[in-house]
Amino acid sequence: MPHPSQNPRQPMPEQPPEERIKNFSEVPLGYTPEQAQAEASRCLRCRKPQCVAGCPVAVDIPGFLALAAEGKFTEAANKIMETNVLPAVCGRVCPQETQCEALCVLGKKGEPIAVGRIERFVADWQRERGEYQPPERPSPSGKRVAIVGSGPAGLTAAADLAKRGHEVTVFEALHEMGGVLVYGIPEFRLPKAILKAEVNRLQELGVKLETSAVIGKLDTIEDLLTEEGFDAVFVGTGAGLPTFMGLPGENLIGVYSANEFLTRSNLMRAYDSNQADTPIARGQRVMVVGGGNVAMDAARTARRLGAEKVILAYRRSREEMPARAEEIHHAEEEGIEFHLLSAPVAFLGDDNSRLRAAVIQKMELGEPDDSGRRRPVPIEGSEFEEPIDVAVIAIGAGANPLIASTTPGLETNRKGYIVADSETGATSLPGVYAGGDIVTGSATVIEAMGAGRRAAAAIDEYLKSL
Amino acid sequence: MSANEIVLKEEIAPQTYRYVVRHPKIARKRRAGQFVILRVHEGGERVPLTIVDSDPEAGTVTLIFQAVGHSTRELAELEVGDQVLDLAGPLGQPTHIENFGTACVIGGGYGTAPVLPIAVALREAGNELLGIVGARTRELVILEEELQALCSRLEVATDDGSYGHHGFVTDVLQKLLDEGQKIDFVLAIGPAPMMRAVSDLTRQHGIKTMVSLNPLMVDGTGMCGGCRVEVGGETKFACVDGPEFDGHLVNFDLLMKRQATYKPQETEACQLESHCRLSEHLRH
Ligand SMILES: Cc1cc2nc3c(=O)[nH]c(=O)nc-3n(C[C@H](O)[C@H](O)[C@H](O)COP(=O)(O)OP(=O)(O)OC[C@H]3O[C@@H](n4cnc5c(N)ncnc54)[C@H](O)[C@@H]3O)c2cc1C
Ligand SMILES: Cc1cc2nc3c(=O)[nH]c(=O)nc-3n(C[C@H](O)[C@H](O)[C@H](O)COP(=O)(O)OP(=O)(O)OC[C@H]3O[C@@H](n4cnc5c(N)ncnc54)[C@H](O)[C@@H]3O)c2cc1C
Ligand code: SF4
Ligand code: SF4
Ligand code: FES
Repeated sequence: MPHPSQNPRQPMPEQPPEERIKNFSEVPLGYTPEQAQAEASRCLRCRKPQCVAGCPVAVDIPGFLALAAEGKFTEAANKIMETNVLPAVCGRVCPQETQCEALCVLGKKGEPIAVGRIERFVADWQRERGEYQPPERPSPSGKRVAIVGSGPAGLTAAADLAKRGHEVTVFEALHEMGGVLVYGIPEFRLPKAILKAEVNRLQELGVKLETSAVIGKLDTIEDLLTEEGFDAVFVGTGAGLPTFMGLPGENLIGVYSANEFLTRSNLMRAYDSNQADTPIARGQRVMVVGGGNVAMDAARTARRLGAEKVILAYRRSREEMPARAEEIHHAEEEGIEFHLLSAPVAFLGDDNSRLRAAVIQKMELGEPDDSGRRRPVPIEGSEFEEPIDVAVIAIGAGANPLIASTTPGLETNRKGYIVADSETGATSLPGVYAGGDIVTGSATVIEAMGAGRRAAAAIDEYLKSL
Repeated sequence: MSANEIVLKEEIAPQTYRYVVRHPKIARKRRAGQFVILRVHEGGERVPLTIVDSDPEAGTVTLIFQAVGHSTRELAELEVGDQVLDLAGPLGQPTHIENFGTACVIGGGYGTAPVLPIAVALREAGNELLGIVGARTRELVILEEELQALCSRLEVATDDGSYGHHGFVTDVLQKLLDEGQKIDFVLAIGPAPMMRAVSDLTRQHGIKTMVSLNPLMVDGTGMCGGCRVEVGGETKFACVDGPEFDGHLVNFDLLMKRQATYKPQETEACQLESHCRLSEHLRH
């Protein structure tokens, strides 16, 4: 009998496009136990597993796959959780095709193991059956650590430090924990209830969670280290500053940053107007500007909010689109129209300053730029008006200056990101560590988690030296 | 007393409430000109309100608000002993205070409330203080006594003439200037049309004027950009760069239009609630 690795990769069942554009429920429906087992059985249990090198938190991939292949799903989830506190999240949102799965040896000839889908399955299995057992808590070290920001970087650092016996408090500016996971990534990709369950586990580890605590305004970093008596601080405040394009008409009603559009829909649940009071413009003709995951999320959200037509304007060609292949595919299935080599040059409004159209200019590709991608060059005279009533600008994010501007001596780079050692997260201030998007600029959930892990290890060393 | 608990509730004018809310840390850290964002319940909006006063010893902050729409009416339904669900702050930049000489503080409607802490600070910095309070009608005039105690001269204007001067606060300001009153600095807080009218007038006289802008907000931390306003041709985020700006540079027209972004939805929400007409009537 051939080894199961010869079997094809198990497909992921999904909600059909015509149905899912009418709801905010998850698009992929998840594996059945049989599918999970069959897929996990394909793993070769490589002696030197390449896949692990592709995972920024070094999940023991062959280890958990072996358990899953035997049907020991809860044990498999526990194995993942030795290094990853958010398995149900990562199984859903990690760009596996460029991380763990990209390096899987099976991918050289055929299809790599669907590591993410199995990770998601076992995490869901364990949670839905209430089979999660919090680890033993070590004796208290007597040291206190403040975590600023509850995105994946902060949550990971918090869990790791708590497991080492330190007293940890997470301070989050918003009213819910999770960072981009709660305010940015839509419900149909990451159900909030699942995130909440994973966050709640931190409390079982003894981590204190303080929402509505805007550090820099309420307490500064310095206050935390002095008045509040923390021994160390980890800053994981993300790259939450919206970028606008500086175009005429950009402040018209109906022009949103992706952050605002997604925050209204996700954090404030504006998509569910029966439950939530926060409004959102439900455009009939929506244009999203950008070509990354954020743009795809915004476009697909607009679709679900009832737009007849959703255009995605991207200034380069499809090859350069930074979004995950799966997201692009999902967006296309949902009828999002891609206007490639196109960028708005102005927004036009009516007498009440409500957006009525975008002036779009066509581009052609020129010489490669700093990023190695061919630079879009505007074609003179190609401008035309596209009637729209909502525009969402999704062209990237920057560093929010709130922490840097209130923390004297904290070194930042030219773009405002915090300068931190890539191995330890150490900043220019003793006892202050940083990691995640606030150091690297917008990256991925799992990279932020990796930074949180490394910083936690370094903070632990630092605390021992005190 | 637990955090975010309402320890005092007073209706100081029709549909206008003073709440004293427990939050020891905000009470300690806040400075004049800053605000909080609160939520009343799960599913509720994030509502920005100015911190009118605080008592660091008692660990409380004072908020004054007008029940103008859905969320502020829900807030008005809370009673002493209830808690607001979330309370984030102090947000925004504190007011820049210095001794300008003679400062004139102008409050319109609920805007009189945020004027109060700034008036106190201006006074402490050594300014001679003049005050003008405007409201639609007599019973909506708030904080008159408190301001009276700080100002060497306080004038009241009502739109319907039921109390004080019959007309707008700008008429009173014009009158003071006509009388040759020396004014080195003006602070005006109230509805956008009022702040614009004051700014237009003081521009002619070259008097430095600060206004406090109240665009729609979501996070209040500079993350969403929903609160953007145009000041001197530049886009600013009112929640982190403001809320106070030079009145002579503010694009008030844009502010007012953007404030009405969700008017269609609000009207719809309003029609489902019977007491809405009242607040429709109170607002100006
Ligand atoms: C719409 C969208 C979709 C994405 N999709 C994916 C995806 O599918 N897969 C993937 O891997 N990555 C994705 N990313 C990127 C990923 O979400 C980020 O790289 C990751 O969340 C960064 O984590 P972080 O912990 O550094 O910061 P964040 O997740 O940004 O969290 C930072 C937190 O800190 C809080 N904070 C900020 N300032 C303060 C302060 N002064 N005091 C207290 N709290 C503060 C913020 O409110 C926020 O909650 C997406 C990003 C966006 C915006
Ligand atoms: C920095 C800041 C400080 C503020 N301080 C106070 C305060 O001390 N006391 C107080 O009563 N209010 C204050 N406001 C205004 C207050 O936040 C709004 O009145 C409230 O959010 C309205 O919510 P609602 O659901 O009750 O009304 P909605 O139903 O949303 O609106 C009712 C009406 O009010 C208008 N409106 C909505 N939001 C605002 C706004 N932000 N500013 C002006 N008009 C608005 C709407 O266009 C509509 O006409 C402040 C706003 C900001 C941004
Ligand atoms: S955490 Fe992400 S990168 Fe790591 S194994 Fe799981 S899916 Fe792959
Ligand atoms: S590289 Fe692929 S086959 Fe090898 S252990 Fe990892 S997942 Fe299994
Ligand atoms: S309210 Fe979101 S940036 Fe100001």
